[in-house]
This record gives sequence, C-alpha cells and structure tokens, in this order.
Amino acid sequence: MKAGDLVELAARNLRESVLRNSLTTLGIGVGVASLVAMLSLGIGLQQLANRRLERSGLFDTIMVTSRRGFRGFERRASGGGPPSAESRALDENARLEIARLRNVLEATPDIRFVTELHYQGKAHLTMVGGLPPSARENDAFENIQGHFFSSDTADEAILQIQFTDDLLGIHPQPGNPSSKLNTNTQALIGKEITLSYAERIPSPQTSEDKPVAGKKTGPPQTPTGASADTGEPAAASFSVVPRERKLRIVGITDQDPDGIRGASGARVFIPLQMVENLHVMLPSGMRESEPNFSNVPTYLSLSVRVKNPNDVESVQDAIKKLGFNTFSILDATRNLRRFFAVLDLFLGIFGSLALTVAGLGIVNTLAMAILERRREIGIMKAIGASDGDVKKLFFAEAAVMGFVGGILGVALGWSIGRVINIGTNIYLRSQDLPAENLWSVPWWLVVGAIVFAILVSMISGLYPAARAARLDPVQALRYE
Amino acid sequence: MTNNLTGSGAIRTEGVQRHFRMGEATICAVDGISLDVAAGGFVALLGSSGSGKSSLLNLLAGLDRPTAGAVIVDGRNLAEMSGEELSRYRRHRVGMVFQAFNLIPSMTLLENVELPMRFAEVDRGRRQALACEALERVGLGARLAHRPSQLSGGEQQRAAIARALVNRPSLLLADEPTGNLDSRTGSEILDLLHESNEQFGMTVVMVTHEQALAERYAQRLIFLADGKVVADQPNVPTSRRTAERGPQSESPVPPRKELT
Repeated sequence: MKAGDLVELAARNLRESVLRNSLTTLGIGVGVASLVAMLSLGIGLQQLANRRLERSGLFDTIMVTSRRGFRGFERRASGGGPPSAESRALDENARLEIARLRNVLEATPDIRFVTELHYQGKAHLTMVGGLPPSARENDAFENIQGHFFSSDTADEAILQIQFTDDLLGIHPQPGNPSSKLNTNTQALIGKEITLSYAERIPSPQTSEDKPVAGKKTGPPQTPTGASADTGEPAAASFSVVPRERKLRIVGITDQDPDGIRGASGARVFIPLQMVENLHVMLPSGMRESEPNFSNVPTYLSLSVRVKNPNDVESVQDAIKKLGFNTFSILDATRNLRRFFAVLDLFLGIFGSLALTVAGLGIVNTLAMAILERRREIGIMKAIGASDGDVKKLFFAEAAVMGFVGGILGVALGWSIGRVINIGTNIYLRSQDLPAENLWSVPWWLVVGAIVFAILVSMISGLYPAARAARLDPVQALRYE
Repeated sequence: MTNNLTGSGAIRTEGVQRHFRMGEATICAVDGISLDVAAGGFVALLGSSGSGKSSLLNLLAGLDRPTAGAVIVDGRNLAEMSGEELSRYRRHRVGMVFQAFNLIPSMTLLENVELPMRFAEVDRGRRQALACEALERVGLGARLAHRPSQLSGGEQQRAAIARALVNRPSLLLADEPTGNLDSRTGSEILDLLHESNEQFGMTVVMVTHEQALAERYAQRLIFLADGKVVADQPNVPTSRRTAERGPQSESPVPPRKELT
C-alpha cells in the first residue's frame, strides 16, 4: 500500500473513535510538552549563564602582565625563566603583537588611576578607569541610565552609582548600602565634571623647558629618581604636569564596580582612547624610567579578549611564549558545561518519563482498536491486504498520533515554558532584579521533539501492529 | 476427469485436508477433497452447516492453508505460497462475497469498493473511476457517498459484489451470499453473480445450503458432508436469464464451460 493511502486510512481510522484517540494523542502531547518545557528551560538557563559569563568577560578574557617587577623590588626574586629585568616590557608594541595573535578579538590596556574630580566646586577623590568600546556589550551597562560613550575619544564619563552618592552628598545607611538609579541620579546626566590628573611628558634634554617651568621643580617630579635608586645613569627623564579636563556625565550604572571588566574597582569610567591620549602618569610608568625610555606607552596589564572561551588556553600559551604572565579563569567554564550537560540530561529524562507513559497509552489504545476492528482487519486481509499492509496501517496510526501529539506537545511545552518565564520575571521584578530570558526553544528542539514523539509512538505501535498482522482472517470473519 | 489448468480461474484440489484442534479433539473440517473446476464454471458447494463447505472455500480463497494436500489455482499450489504471495493472490485473482456483506461500516460505498485497489496500489484517479464504474454496474451509481448502514441488505451485497469484482479477479468465491437476504433479493444477487460469470468468464464457486437456488444458477452441484464430497453432479441452470437464451438452455452445460 502507498504511504499516502496508509496515512489517509490511518487518519480516517483515528477519526472513527475520536474521543479515545484524542485522549491518547493528548497524552502524547502532554509527554512532549513536559519534555519541551524541561529542555527549553535547561537550554534557556544554559544560554543565560553563557551570555552572562561571556559578557562578564571572565571566561573569554586573559589578563596579561609583565614579568618585570618594579625595579629594585624583584631584583632578587627567585624562580625560573629569564630574569625579570630582561623580559619584555608590556608596551604598545607588545599590545599590538598580542592583538594580532590568532583568535584574539582585542587586547586593551587596563588603565586605572586614582585622582581628583571636581563637581560644583567640590573635590572628590576616586578611581578612574578607561573602558574600551567593546565594554558597551558588558552587562554592567545593560541597565545604564543615560547612555554609553558616544565615541572612544569623547570627553565623557560614566559614573558608578556609589560615586553619585559622593557627588550628591548622600551618605548611605550601613544597613542599606545599595543605592538605586532614580531621578536624583538622572539629574546628574549632562552635567560637567572636571578631571584633574598628572600628565607625563617625556623631557629630552633639548626641550626641557616645554612643560610649565614652575611645576618642574615641584615634588611630583620625583619619578625621575627611580633610576637613581638603582644607581644607573638617567639617560632619559620625563616631567609630570598637572592638567585638568572637563568631562560630561553621559551615563550612570548601578553595577558593582568590581564586576566591570578592564576597569574593576573604578567608580568613574572614561573612554579608553581618550584616557590614553591624556598620557596620565601611571604606576607602571614609574618602572619604565630606563635608558631606552621612549614615548611608547607602557601598561601595567592588558585585557585580552578571545573569540571563544575554548580559545583561552591556546592564546594563553601564545602570550606566555611572548614573555608575559597570563591569568584566566578557565576550568570554571569546563565545570559549568559539564553541569549543564548533566542538568539537560536529567531534565530530558524527567521529560521523557511522561512520554513513556503516553507511549503505554498508545499500546493500550491500539490493542483496544484491534479488538474492535478484528472484523475489519479480516475483511482487509480477505480483499487482498498483506500482513505487512495491516502492520503498516497500525504503525501509521501510531505515527499519526505521535505526529499530532508532537505538534500539540511542542505548542503546549512552548506555552508552559513561556508562562514559567513570565512568572519568573514577575517574581524577579518584585525583587527589584532585572528580567531574564531563562527559556529558549531552538528549532532543533521543536523538530527533535516531534520526531521523538513519532518514534516513541511507533515503538509503542510495534506490539499492537504485530498482533494485528498475525490475526487469522478466517477467525476474524467467522462471527458477526 | 479432464484437467483444464491453463485457463484463468481453473481450480484443482488434491486430497486437501484441513484439521482444527479444539482442545484435545481434532476436527477434520475438510477431509481429503479432490476436485477439478474448469475455468469459467459456476459451481455450488452444498451441505449442512459443519459439512466443511466454508472451510473449503477459505482454502480456495487463500485465507487459510491446508493441513495436507494441494490447492492448485491456475497451476500454482496455494499451499506452497508465502504469506505475501497469498495476499497477492487474494488481491488480484480472487473476489470474495460473504453472507454478512462485510463492508467496512466507517467507509462510504465508494471507499469500500476502492479499498482493494488501495492494496493493489492503483492510482487515486483510476481507482475512483473504476470504483464508480463497478458500483454503477450493480445499480448503486447514485449511492456512492452512502455508508453501508444507510443501505438495505440487498444493496449492501451488491456493493460487496462491486468490491469483489473491481480488481477483475478470475475467481469469484461467494460464501452464503443470499443467507441474509429475502428470496427475491437473493435472486437478484445471484443474477449479478451469474452475469459476472457469463460476461467476464470468471469461475464462480458459491457456498450455499439452499439447494433450490443452487439448481437455478449453478452448472454443477457438489454436496459435502463431514468434510468429504458425497455427491458431485452437473446441473442445468434454470434461472430466468439462462432460460431466455432459448435453445442453449436445453444443452446440459454451455459448450465453452466444460465441466469435469
């Protein structure tokens, strides 16, 4: 018999006892729904975790530091490898070289410094950090009030919420330390804030008088003495000049400053390119007062972002070969993956349980149908149906129930997952937490669930179909 | 006895037996029957209930397998066929008509008549055309969309005949086709069987316990008792249609349909 005829006859037979077959199909539907709901939540949670981890930058980021210590401090440090003084400087050339490595998305310097900011005549001492443009994707700025930097060189600042308390003169209660974004903080956006900083200017002997003369003799100049400590001749030197820069507040984030990549601990963020152009005197600059001092910027550390958390290890090795120290959180992702694989497996098993019960329902329904349709099977055999035709017909009936149940179940599971998601988000909102999408139904789950439902149904149909095919037509036709 | 096995629908049985086990006892429903039916013959199997006539019919239909002996139709022994071959045989060579009509109640007449062609994998368009034609031939052209329950017994049996003939079998087997019908309707049904026998030259084997009816239509009467043939005699059909043919009816058997 042709496949089309089989399905047509199967569907017609199923319509004959609508209630029973509908209930059986509904059973399959509920089984598939539980499977889809469970797995969609598992997948959703995994995606959520991955998304968070990716954006937190913990798992795709390598911290690169120089092997050099401050001169005079690590001189006698023991351990293998080249002596610290001979290893490479972590400067702009090294940064470009690392950025060119395979699977590296970007290598950005970590620039952080403590300085004074003036707002409405008052000075506030705080940590300022430079943020690369890629930080826009960081979830720290997901709920930003205002917006991210308009460009990487804009004279703009984003404040961390705790710093706004300083600016607004609020002293948070010890029991309730967390501040909230509100109209008070909104009012700060667009305001101007003045950044005071120390610019480091190379001072070749020929143009010594370029910086403001009066400042040159002041105490901030002392970094030139770094070489003097070690007794080496000072072939080059630099000056430090106090500067000011007016910045416009464009955004306020309520994210914990420690969670922000590349600038952890900072309370005020400014565009990375802009802060690099300022040539701020940094602690890393102090140890670079060497004979071959040039104007090439040197960094305390770099954040290297790789394309995929899986690439971390290889990139880390490559950077180590270049002569730098690296640090990343690698094993944590592996464990996380294993955890989700096990979670999905368990959710899948629990979801499948309901489908198994539904499969038993199919066995029952079809066995009943055989009893009812004994005569019909006999007639079909008498007019030329082979055992195979009868078997296939019952198989087709099971498959049609599986298919319809699968579609029903996917729709139902999709709805259940959605309802759970909405419910969770209502709860999260009531707890003042941001909404999350912890439910995901990828296309393969839809197709897979329907195929699985058909498969389970057909396996359930094996026994009834074999029994129907074995039916003796003479016996079946004997009685009226 | 002459053996005519070349024509389509020629039947020969050789010492065929069919035993059933009923608990400890073995029942010999068919007990060594040897028969020859020429192609195109109209044979009536007569006997009381339990004489083994239906069992023999089932063996001829390939619905059942003999315990011993051979059932040879058109030169092929059904006893040696595989299940798949038997179903093909039933599909293409045999049309069956039952006492209980055995139409599928959930299907319309058209669908019932189409069903054998579904198993024969006939294309939908051709299938419907042939089914319509077959139903029109039995006078049910206007009732294609009716379900069996909406029809009288005679109409149902005519639909069953349409179904039996739709695959153009060479052998028409009828098991008490008039058993559930009044005598007038029964005659109409037998007229139809007779017509098929004449028009398409198909062999008809009819099981009945109504000897009078058999005598009106069959060219040969075979009496069974306890699974054995007790009498086998030629018969001159006396049906109206045969009688209308005039001189031919005087001949004991039509010359073409040689009886053995």
